[in-house]
Amino acid sequence: MQAWRAFAAMRRRPSQAAVQAAGLIGGALAGGVASAAANLPEDRANAMVHVYDGGGLRASGPAMLVRKKFADTVSLSASYYVDMVSNASIDVVTTASPYKETRKEYTLGADYVVRDATVSVSTTDSKEPDYVAAATSVDVAQEVFGGMTSLSLGFTRGHDKVGRRNEGFFDTATHWRYRLGATQILTPTWLASLNFEAVADDGFLGSAYRQARVFGSTVPERNPRTRSSRAVQFRSITEVAPGNAVRAEYRYFWDTWAIKAHTLELGYSRSFGDPWLVDWYGRYYTQNRALFYSDNALADTTYISRNRQLSTFKTLGVGAKMAYTVKRVPGNYEIKLNAAWERVRFKYSDFTDIRDGKPYEHDTNVVQVFVSATF
Amino acid sequence: MRHLLSARARLAALAGGVVLLTGCASVEPWVKPYERERLAAPIMQFSRDGLSAKHFEHVREVREGARGGTGVQGGGCGCN
Amino acid sequence: MKTSMTSLFSLAARWLCAAALAAGASAAVAAATVGAAAPDFTLRALDGPNLRLQEQRGKVVLVNFWATWCGPCRKEMPHLNRLADKYRASGLVLLGINVDDDVRNATEVAAKLGVKFPVLLDTDKKVSRLYDLNSMPSTMVIDRNGRVRFVHRGYQDGYEDQYDKQIRDLLKE
Repeated sequence: MQAWRAFAAMRRRPSQAAVQAAGLIGGALAGGVASAAANLPEDRANAMVHVYDGGGLRASGPAMLVRKKFADTVSLSASYYVDMVSNASIDVVTTASPYKETRKEYTLGADYVVRDATVSVSTTDSKEPDYVAAATSVDVAQEVFGGMTSLSLGFTRGHDKVGRRNEGFFDTATHWRYRLGATQILTPTWLASLNFEAVADDGFLGSAYRQARVFGSTVPERNPRTRSSRAVQFRSITEVAPGNAVRAEYRYFWDTWAIKAHTLELGYSRSFGDPWLVDWYGRYYTQNRALFYSDNALADTTYISRNRQLSTFKTLGVGAKMAYTVKRVPGNYEIKLNAAWERVRFKYSDFTDIRDGKPYEHDTNVVQVFVSATF
Repeated sequence: MRHLLSARARLAALAGGVVLLTGCASVEPWVKPYERERLAAPIMQFSRDGLSAKHFEHVREVREGARGGTGVQGGGCGCN
Repeated sequence: MKTSMTSLFSLAARWLCAAALAAGASAAVAAATVGAAAPDFTLRALDGPNLRLQEQRGKVVLVNFWATWCGPCRKEMPHLNRLADKYRASGLVLLGINVDDDVRNATEVAAKLGVKFPVLLDTDKKVSRLYDLNSMPSTMVIDRNGRVRFVHRGYQDGYEDQYDKQIRDLLKE
């Protein structure tokens, strides 16, 4: 019996570029630096412990990030992320035996400001015993319209080497991501943004271990070797009263595997006095299955998969985040202690738990605890 | 491979965007720089901490079929 | 599929540049007009007394609009301090006008940065609107006759050298 992994997708991590760009856009816009200059991101150091626990799979580890300005023209960043995975999820447990492994990821980035545009480049490397991924990104954010609008453009290219335990690397996968975004100040207390992202994948896009089911018996899964997807997201954040903000996001996703997904997130943030900042949010996600997905196929088609990530399912999540400012010296440095927790319930419509024959359901918990210092 | 949006529809959307934005040349920015203090507050940031957002986005991309469009650069190779 | 995406992308890139150009043009509208008389105002200073711009006639005045939440403003402060010290005896008056909603933030940051010139408070944004500011920070150099001679939008490295030269030129008049 071959050991295989359900969480095989813990591969490459995103590069920091667009994240920084996104954060920078908000900060630069709000900083009111209109038509004169965009700002380099602040110097910062973060240290985090993250835990994911759900459906029998536990992945945890440390993560850290350091960022520093040099010569006032460029901001360099480096981050390190580790996932220690202990997998006893439904797929693993029903066809193989639980296993443990570690994934390490390194990211290096540079941000450069030219008048009112910010250019960010970054490169990410992720390594696991049977999967190696490398990605490079370029992002440009430009302030226009007196600093009221920020337009951004981004591109990522990733290349992965796919392997199987004890067998070495046997295939590759390449990914291209194109991002377009616009953030707009609507009123002194209302910000909105529109984001679009197109992703194209080419190569081995499945899991080297996962099995599909045809006429009740297991066969190795067969995925298409290309996939192309689009996502459009609209989000808005408004300050409803001093120190209280409400956030709403909606995303529509569609791809060439016939998956259509909707994501809706609503959040409320509040600052209590000076040091405390709390967020609460709810997230609803729904998707319909990929064309070639089947829980138990009754026809032998070219492509077949029983990957529950491609099935029809809904998730409902609630989360809370908290930030406590330990020390703040305005214009100098600030140290914050943060904690975040999200609990999500997954309900699959066409993926059965073969242990009891019922549609599969499970809960996941994500916890993050981290210290962040900006200076 | 079928097109997800016809070429004409794409061009129309972009042309519309250009028209809207060139129209902006005659409209003055209505929120002055000195009125943007409230927007600089931490509660008004879409994403306050990059590392934290990256981790959440990675977890979601791995567990769900959808990816991208969030403003946090999505993670994962799309494989599974 | 990839070629149509790259063409979509290049189209978007061109759209972005066009938009930037179009919007950039509109942002260049003048705030305080160079050559015109500087609008008069009276504002309360952080340490108490009111200060009126008209009363500074005969001296060269540099007015700097700033806020605690604006990074470049804080970066500019030490340079303004230096200029205030350097030309005070020669007849320069440096005025900092703070536009924070909360005066306490202004007090805290001004003390932290060791501001050595008067900090005036424009909490209700009246003077900001009067001068039609379109950037933060905004710096205006006013001559001995009360006319606006130079306007600087934002702050970039090297601006302080421009201020220095302009003050020197106006002091000679």
